[in-house]
This record gives sequence, C-alpha cells and structure tokens, in this order.
Amino acid sequence: MAAIAQPRARISTGKHVRRWAFGLLVTGIAVWSLFPFAWQVVTSFEPDRDLARFTPTWLPIPGGTLQHYRNVFVAKDFAPYILNSVIVDVSATAIALVFAALAAYSIARLPLPGKGIVLGLVLAVSMFPQISIVTPLYELLISLHLIDTYPGLSGVYIGLSLPLMVYILWAHFRTIPRELDEAARIDGAGQLRTLWHVIIPVAMPGVVPAALLGFIASWNELLLALSLMTSPSRQTIPVGIANFTGLYSIPWGDIAAASVVVTVPLVLLVLIFQRRIIEGVTAGAVKG
Amino acid sequence: MLASLLAVSLYPVLRTIWMAFRNTSLESQSDNFTGLANIRRLAHDSLFWQAWRQTLEFTAVTTIAETLLGLVIALALYQKFRGRGFVRAAVLVPWAIPTVVTARMFSWLFDQGGVVNYLLVETHLASAPVNFLGSTTLALPTLMVADIWKTTPFMALLLLAGLHTVPPGLAEAARIDGASSWAYFWRVRLPLLMPTLLVASLLRALDAFRVFDLPYVVTGGGPASSTQTMSTYAYNILFSGLEIGYGSAIATAMFVTEVIIAGIFGVFIVRRIRQEG
Repeated sequence: MAAIAQPRARISTGKHVRRWAFGLLVTGIAVWSLFPFAWQVVTSFEPDRDLARFTPTWLPIPGGTLQHYRNVFVAKDFAPYILNSVIVDVSATAIALVFAALAAYSIARLPLPGKGIVLGLVLAVSMFPQISIVTPLYELLISLHLIDTYPGLSGVYIGLSLPLMVYILWAHFRTIPRELDEAARIDGAGQLRTLWHVIIPVAMPGVVPAALLGFIASWNELLLALSLMTSPSRQTIPVGIANFTGLYSIPWGDIAAASVVVTVPLVLLVLIFQRRIIEGVTAGAVKG
Repeated sequence: MLASLLAVSLYPVLRTIWMAFRNTSLESQSDNFTGLANIRRLAHDSLFWQAWRQTLEFTAVTTIAETLLGLVIALALYQKFRGRGFVRAAVLVPWAIPTVVTARMFSWLFDQGGVVNYLLVETHLASAPVNFLGSTTLALPTLMVADIWKTTPFMALLLLAGLHTVPPGLAEAARIDGASSWAYFWRVRLPLLMPTLLVASLLRALDAFRVFDLPYVVTGGGPASSTQTMSTYAYNILFSGLEIGYGSAIATAMFVTEVIIAGIFGVFIVRRIRQEG
C-alpha cells in the first residue's frame, strides 16, 4: 500500500499531461453534448437578417428578438399541438404506470408460472419496428371508432411504454424484502393496499425513471402520431415540428423557437431528476 | 396488461405478416390472397434493396460509433473529478431532446449557410460551403452524425451502470499485482463489462434499424433516395401509395431482418455467458 501512495505535492510531468488530457476530454464531452441545443437557443433569439448572413452572430446580445416566439404562437398557432401532446402523453403515462405497477408487482411477488417467459415476451415486444404495426393499428382504431381521437393514440402509447416500465419497476420491486409485504399483511392490508402504500413509496427511485422514460418516449414519438391522428387539429408536437415549413424559405428562427419551447420542459425534467434517472436505469440494466 | 400488449404489438405484427401475402390496396380496391407475389416483387425492387442496404449501413456505423463513444464517455464519467455532476447532467441533454427537434437542429447546423460550414470555411478545411444534405454521398453520413449525437448518451448511461457493478476492490488488487491501468482495462474491466456492452449495443442496433424520424424530417429520403431507410420506404408505400399488401411485405422483411440481428447478438451473448459459466 505504502509503495503506491505517492506524495501529492510532486506531480510528475506525465501525470500533468494526463490530467490536462482528461480535462480536455471532459470539456469536449460537455461541449459536444450542449453545443447543438445551445445553438438552437441562440438561433431562436436572432433576427432573420442575422440568420441569413454566412458569418454567424454568436450571441444575440444586443439585437435579440422575440419575433420568432411570437410567430410560433400567433402566426403558426402552435399551442394546439402542445395541448394535444400534453393530453395524450400525460394520460398515457399515468395509466401505463398503474398497469405497469400491477404487472411488475405480480411478476415480482406472486407465484405465477412462466414469469420468465412473460417478462421476455414483454421486452421482445418493445423491439418491434413501429412500421410493422402501424397499418393494423390504423385498421383497429378505425373499427373501434378511435382513429383521430385522444383515447386512440393514448391507448397505443400505453401499450408501447408498458414493456420498459414493467421492466424497470420489476427490477426495483424485486430488491424490496418480502418481509415488508408480510408486515403489511399482518397489519391487515390487502395486496393492492400493500402495493400502493408500502411498495410504491419504497420503490420511488424506480417509479420516477419509469414514468419519465415513458413520458419522454410518447412526447417524442412521430410515426404513429403522424399516421393515427389524421386531422391537423389533433396532431402532436413531433408532427407539428416535422411539418413546420415556410412559404419561400426555411424559417430557421421560427423552427428554433418552437424547438426550444417543446424541449425546455423535458430538459428541465431530466436535469431535475438526473440522479434518479441514472440510478433507475442502472438498477434496470444491471440487475436484469 | 397482457391484453393491451397483445392489442398493440403481437396482433398487429401477425396481421402485417398476413397482409404481406395479399395484394390489398386502397387505391385499386383489390384485396386477394396472392401467395408469394409480394415477395417476388420485393426481390426485384431495386429501391427496396437500396433502402435495405442503407438501413444496414446506418445501423452498423451508428451502433459501433455509439458503443465506442459511449464507452469513452462512461469511463470518463466514472472517474471522480470536479464538476462531474454538471458533465453527467450535460450528457443527458441530447437524450432528452425529441428526435424531430434533433433532426431540425442538425438540418440547421449542416445547412449550406449553417455554422458547421462557416467553421469549415474559416479553418480552410473547405474552400466553399459544402452542401451536406443535398449530396448523395454526404446526406446519409450527416444523418448518422445526428443519430450518434442523440443516442450516445443513453449508451454511456447503460455502460456507466455496468461499470458501477465492477467491484472497486479489483482495481486495487490489480495495481498491487503490478498491472498497468491499460492491462487492467483490457483484462479486468472490459471482460466484466462485456455482457452489458453486448445487451446495450443489441438494443441500440434494433432501435437504429427502425430509424424513421431523422430521414423523414431532414431529407425526406432524398436526395435521389440516398437516405431512404426501410421505415421511410415502407411508410411511403403504405401511406402515399396506399399499397397495404406490398407495404406490409416490406414491413415483414424488416421484422425478419430485426430478428436476424437479434439472433446474431443472441449467439454472442449466450457464448459470453457460457464462457463465464
């Protein structure tokens, strides 16, 4: 032990170089991750004449403008897309979470035959390409009179976000000692009450990432939203952004403003729950 | 729960496979069982094979790049350093951004009047602005860059999780035995990380293979179909051509290719587990 401990005061040049290289690497990672979106934010505040110039204006100060944001909400009427997305995605995430909690709890606790197969099937299903399920879903929603409705798309998203949610929740429920369930039962709680009042609060570190991953997946989904919401007034944010075009030229500033509006809530959520997400995904990835 | 899963996944897939053997079309109003006619048409459809090849290229390049970059980022973020929390949070930003927004962002970055071209011209790496998205050779690589930017963080996150399971005592033991940090990485860390690495790249590969948003928004499959992927091609046949039967055949071909990819990874993963066994 003593042989490896080096005096801290005297750092060799080799170590110095290595430390610099590491600092450079880490800075590079941060810049690479942040620059594209930061550039989108800058773009959203710059007037069109600055955007048209080849030499970019690095900061919109002074001379920044809110024109693009005004365009997004007034001229392009972007608010309905946001409302549609919020309705569909919040309801889908909430309902999926309830189903996923029930399913994950039963897989983790009840003596069900063929649990492994069920879990395997659940995960395999999430890997199906969307394009190979889209036409049958379209027909199915037509026959149920749910095409172009909130419950229709929301129902599809519930089904799609279940596998990953079940998996993450199961990975967390599994680590909770059964003694906890038993104690609750002795106190007279039924299985549902045990799940709701005992297990879920303890498994919160898993519930948060499960909900967040499900919500993000729905918030970002394009192909199904494009195909299953047929009238423009029902379309969600990804469709709105994908179809954003100008009459004569590409309205980069307006697109940037719309992007910032729909992305900032997500980025904030992710930053707030950063630690929970890393831990939650960790538990799911490792213990499987 | 099972019922809803069956409704949104298993039933549709089986139904798609069934439709692949019919000539169902909303335009000609036909709907008959035609046996292998669609498959024969696929075999001679050069656009289909172009899309198939491009999708495989896209999948291979992005999966390999994302695995390597993800590994580098995971190893860096595993170290303790000042500002680690900030960098870990920063890395999650691309992952939180909708793919459609990523697509728009990269269209703007790589536009002829965009900032990438400005930097290339300023540093004399290019004499004139490059038309990245208008070129049949550069458009697909540009989409790859966008995908790598967007999904490397998730890869890094999974690998970081894997790294945390390597017992920290091992590093010390290896150092006492006189192993260089290089040898420690190759002999101890990487083998222990291998199962996570394989599973994570399998998930990435399957996800990359169904890429739709990026080409749909950035290039619309162009120029000259050079960024057409299986998903965008099938979408065009289904929703623009309204040829449900033939479109389903393409979707089925895609499904089969995914199963093959998963199978290849499966062999590696099983062999890996046996070795440890």
